[in-house]
Amino acid sequence: MLKDITLGQYFPGNSIIHRLDPRTKLIVLLVYIVALFCAVNWISYGVILVILLVSIHISKVPGKSFLRGMKPLVFILIFTAILNLFFTQGETVLVHFWGITITLEGVVRAVFMLGRILMLITGTFLLTYTTSPISLTDGLESLLGPLKKIHVPVHELSMMMCIALRFIPTLIEETDKIMAAQKARGADFETGKLMERVRALIPILVPLFISAFRRADELATAMECRCYQGDVGRTKMKLLRYHLHDFVTFGVSAALLAGVLILRNFGL
Amino acid sequence: MNTAISVEHLAFTYPGVCDTPGVAVFEDFNLKIEEGSFVAILGGNGCGKSTLAKHFNSILLPSGGKVYVFGMDTADEDKIIALRRTTGMVFQNPDNQIVANVVEEDVAFGPENLGVASPEIRRRVDDALKQVDMYEYRQHAPHLLSGGQKQRVAIAGIIAMEPKCIVLDEPTAMLDPRGRREVIDTITRLNREKGITVVLITHHMDEASKAQRVVVMNDGAVVADGTPQEVFAQVELLHKIGLGAPETVELCWQLNQQGFRLPLDKLDPEECAQALYDYLKA
Repeated sequence: MLKDITLGQYFPGNSIIHRLDPRTKLIVLLVYIVALFCAVNWISYGVILVILLVSIHISKVPGKSFLRGMKPLVFILIFTAILNLFFTQGETVLVHFWGITITLEGVVRAVFMLGRILMLITGTFLLTYTTSPISLTDGLESLLGPLKKIHVPVHELSMMMCIALRFIPTLIEETDKIMAAQKARGADFETGKLMERVRALIPILVPLFISAFRRADELATAMECRCYQGDVGRTKMKLLRYHLHDFVTFGVSAALLAGVLILRNFGL
Repeated sequence: MNTAISVEHLAFTYPGVCDTPGVAVFEDFNLKIEEGSFVAILGGNGCGKSTLAKHFNSILLPSGGKVYVFGMDTADEDKIIALRRTTGMVFQNPDNQIVANVVEEDVAFGPENLGVASPEIRRRVDDALKQVDMYEYRQHAPHLLSGGQKQRVAIAGIIAMEPKCIVLDEPTAMLDPRGRREVIDTITRLNREKGITVVLITHHMDEASKAQRVVVMNDGAVVADGTPQEVFAQVELLHKIGLGAPETVELCWQLNQQGFRLPLDKLDPEECAQALYDYLKA
């Protein structure tokens, strides 16, 4: 049951999007988000949408998985749309009932906002779907590298992220085992009032925490035995390197951002 | 032959918590392990064998006496990295020693820490994975592997540091029989083909019988030391400290109690059967 949980779902593949340097993908995602928030008219939105759809097509990630990923966010999406629909002031009144006015401007704005959020989420999904967690942490470590100068423990943070990702399935498996053991002794997790159910979780959490601490201790010893001394004098097996397709991607996204800004400022 | 590990007059006491007195594990312990040998350290629970193993890698430091690993004093803090790269350590629980979420990334962890150049790391990782027969799993996630496979990945992670000696602290305790065989075959091969000194800490007699030398420990002292044949023939002694002999020796010994006169040095079932056959025929 718990095993089905996946975090940062990754679809292995060999498309050009998969092969992009993780740093490129992170930077481009940032540029993409900025462009999305600067876009004010239909043309800019259209261009961004086309680029997004083309990227998804190239990545060969099944479109369905994007829809599945949206599911938990449906509520927020509807909420945003409704807020914009009802509370936008405008001239052209479409419907008027019970003191609520829906204007044409409201409809346009709601569609805009919905589109913006949908494209934002889809873009982020594209990054996590095409980048393995380990190269994502590598990319982040490398991008945030300069922060080491002001004593931000970048390497330690990325190491912690890496270990957390590594142990999520192990701890989930362990939770399953503990739950089975408690159930075998008559524990009931499925019925009862909310408070009772929450209380039933305590006998799971206590052994889980104890075992997690024991694991952490053993892992630390094992890491020391493998000569881990933090960032000092450490090398990497897989070096991150920008290739031609990374520069092309940078070029395209810079052009996109420039286009959006021009359209915004000159009101074309 | 050179000495790989030399334990001289080792004393060690686990510090007590609050008012409880500490537990003295060793008082005057001596042991020498030759370079290139395959030594099994046998003993029941709480005899100090894991504590001893932790001294080989400066995880624990002696409270008295000295431990030298390839001539380096384990208490010397400047040599700790050099020492740990020459003597790798494999632990009981394979889950708790795998760091990365891709097999090859985990094997690369050791050499990365040592600051080895990237192409060289790649070569070492591929080489180490081939030696433990896990090369085709290099892109897998560790949590999807079996216990024996995980333990072999852990061994590969140590080999990638190119150590001269590997200490394994009950590496098979959490594995099924098949996983156990995979691990033992792997370390036997590494010892034979690569000349890596292997110190195997175990309480399985059949695993110890694969070694060239067996050291039996009880209550922080060596009670028997010799080839597997020599050690396992002392069945009464093994029984006294709560251990058994390998099945074949146990069988011959039990028969001898009934008045037979069988040899006690047959560790292989085939040899044992042959000895029985010869005896019955005569």
